[in-house]
Amino acid sequence: MARPGVLIAPYQRLRLAQVEQIHRASLAILNDPGITCFNRNAAELFSGSGAEVITTGRPEAPTWQLRIPERLVMEAIESCPKVVKLGARAEDNCLILDGAESRVHFASGSEANKWLDTDVETFVSKRQPTRETELAIFREEKGTTERLAQAARLCEHLDSWDSFLRTVNIQDDDINSHNKDVNKFFVSLNNTTKHVMSGLTEISKLGDVVRMARIIAGGENELRENPIISFITCVVKSPLQLVDDTTQKAIEITGLGIPLVISSSPQGGSTAPIREEGMVAQINAEILAGITLTQLVNKGTPVLYGSVPVRTRMDNLYDSYGVPEFSQYNVDCIQMARYYGLPCYSTAGVSDTAIPSIQAAVERLFSHVLVALAGAQYVHYAFGLLERTNIFCPVQAVLDDVHIDMVKRFLRQPEVSEASLADCLEQVRKVMTTSHKLYVRFVRRALRSGEITPPYPFEGKGQTDETLVLAKQRLDKLLSLPAAHLDQNILDSIFQEVPGLLPRLRNL
Amino acid sequence: MTQDIINLIKENVIQGRVTQDDEGLEEGMVGKPGVTELIDEALAADIGVRDIIGQGLSAGMEIVGDKFSTGEFFIPDMLASAEAVGAAMEKLEPHLAKSGIKAKGKILVATVKGDLHDIGKNIVSILLRGSGYTVKDLGNDIEPQTIVAAVKEEHPQFLGLSALLTSTMTNMEDTIKALKESGLRDGVKVIIGGAPVSEEFAQSIGADGYGADGFQAVEVVESMSKGS
Repeated sequence: MARPGVLIAPYQRLRLAQVEQIHRASLAILNDPGITCFNRNAAELFSGSGAEVITTGRPEAPTWQLRIPERLVMEAIESCPKVVKLGARAEDNCLILDGAESRVHFASGSEANKWLDTDVETFVSKRQPTRETELAIFREEKGTTERLAQAARLCEHLDSWDSFLRTVNIQDDDINSHNKDVNKFFVSLNNTTKHVMSGLTEISKLGDVVRMARIIAGGENELRENPIISFITCVVKSPLQLVDDTTQKAIEITGLGIPLVISSSPQGGSTAPIREEGMVAQINAEILAGITLTQLVNKGTPVLYGSVPVRTRMDNLYDSYGVPEFSQYNVDCIQMARYYGLPCYSTAGVSDTAIPSIQAAVERLFSHVLVALAGAQYVHYAFGLLERTNIFCPVQAVLDDVHIDMVKRFLRQPEVSEASLADCLEQVRKVMTTSHKLYVRFVRRALRSGEITPPYPFEGKGQTDETLVLAKQRLDKLLSLPAAHLDQNILDSIFQEVPGLLPRLRNL
Repeated sequence: MTQDIINLIKENVIQGRVTQDDEGLEEGMVGKPGVTELIDEALAADIGVRDIIGQGLSAGMEIVGDKFSTGEFFIPDMLASAEAVGAAMEKLEPHLAKSGIKAKGKILVATVKGDLHDIGKNIVSILLRGSGYTVKDLGNDIEPQTIVAAVKEEHPQFLGLSALLTSTMTNMEDTIKALKESGLRDGVKVIIGGAPVSEEFAQSIGADGYGADGFQAVEVVESMSKGS
């Protein structure tokens, strides 16, 4: 059994003819101007497979211009698995991402540097000193292993949160670039039984991370059958450049056959055209280049089509996630992935503002609904992110869980059948024989089955907005629940066999 | 046999089943006798009305109330059970007097002139019937004089007036004035309810009570019944 997600009939923003036009435009981009490649191994792989590769740059720092032919791209798409399993410590928590099936799942993301804590304080009105109000006050902290563990525990307990993608960058004093990867994965895997996805800081630590995952999964074959971890690499720097470091990571990860997200995140208006069709043609070319590389390394290796298109803010050139164009770009990319039959890793639920607020609620719910409606199999960034993707706020994640539950409920397919309609007609006839003309008695079964959406759980009773205060109470309650830690014998093996783990994290 | 039927009545009140066609909270109940069929069985078996009400209907409703207060039951459950009790009381009404049981009281309810909204009034009616009151529902968009005529004919202890619109709530005051003018006002307690009205409004138009929702309306009636 996998997590059910929500199976939808997707909203199609682009007509099929437009999808095909954009596809052809992407192929044209891959041929001219092509992709600028900073990684020698990738250049050699493309060259050996029939791509035109022209060496450019200075002799001491060569770069390569790749002209990738349509044949190579289409063969790569053909060889990609169309169904990708993201495994999990608990079997019921695995995700089956089928490129041909619009089953939507929601995950976190970003690796934000900042963690936003929430305190509830009592304020007294200056005008009316007898009037007191409790308000949520926010405090910025840095990301740490302890906070990453809290986020993973929160993920474990929030039902809408389908998969854990590292939320904060761990910046403890005893964490460095050499031990970051193993400790980041360990803290995550030790606190949630859901799928864990992350980037890799140092490619040399890939083996250690995979060794840890094999111990937890039960062995090499078991990890292949149940990949409890997956990786994300942003191989492309927009516009159209394969970065040396991340490209090398992609090459080595795909060599192991572990699921990998090939993502690109151009900014419409700065690193990609601002026009929708131009942006989508470019990001699609970038993702296809990355995907082609993975299949040249290891034909059949599982990959996700990772689209993270954003729009530039014209007042400060930051990313903007709150504008409608952001959702347009993402919806289009989901359609492109579906055209290729590839599972899509998409993006929604981020707000430009720095604190949980009305603006945050509007911006994130807007894209949560629209991007989910388009049928992405894996929607990342969906929990807790603020100030674009710089801040992770657990109270915001608690709110997002409720809002995503509402979105999922809305997305459920209507179940119209002769039997269900006959049942409704019977109700109508029965009710019309009564004096009160009320249907309430027929609600009772549905109430108990969970079919009916409960009232908003953070609705206040007074004249002040209590949403954040009540969400904080729920957060505290969830974090007081026991953690889903790994068994002691597994912990023993991990700490014996995986170098770089900090002993203090064993019980975190 | 007697106790079996009474227990079944109690159980079907909890399940909120008026007739054999109703589903309950549990599976497989459709086709089995509901409260109204069981009342017929009980009367045919000469089971005392006092026992039917006390050990069957009231005992069932008490359990429903307990489950509601602990959060196990929801408002639709309360209403379904109250509807079952109301239907049972309607069947038992002709037998109350000869069993020496005094009726709890009679209540007329109406949505006032100009207002077609009757959901609130209907919910209050179900809950009052479920609490053992005799409810006569005059309907909606009812002229003050029609209400006055009904009060004159039915001699109710209570009159419940409902309105949903700010434009029709003023007709509650007109109805109360009409009662005064006809000399009937002192003989009936007037309780009002509906989305736009409030305790303050009730006082301002000379009503005797106000119910913010169906449950509070029953509480107000019960409280006034004890006081009268």
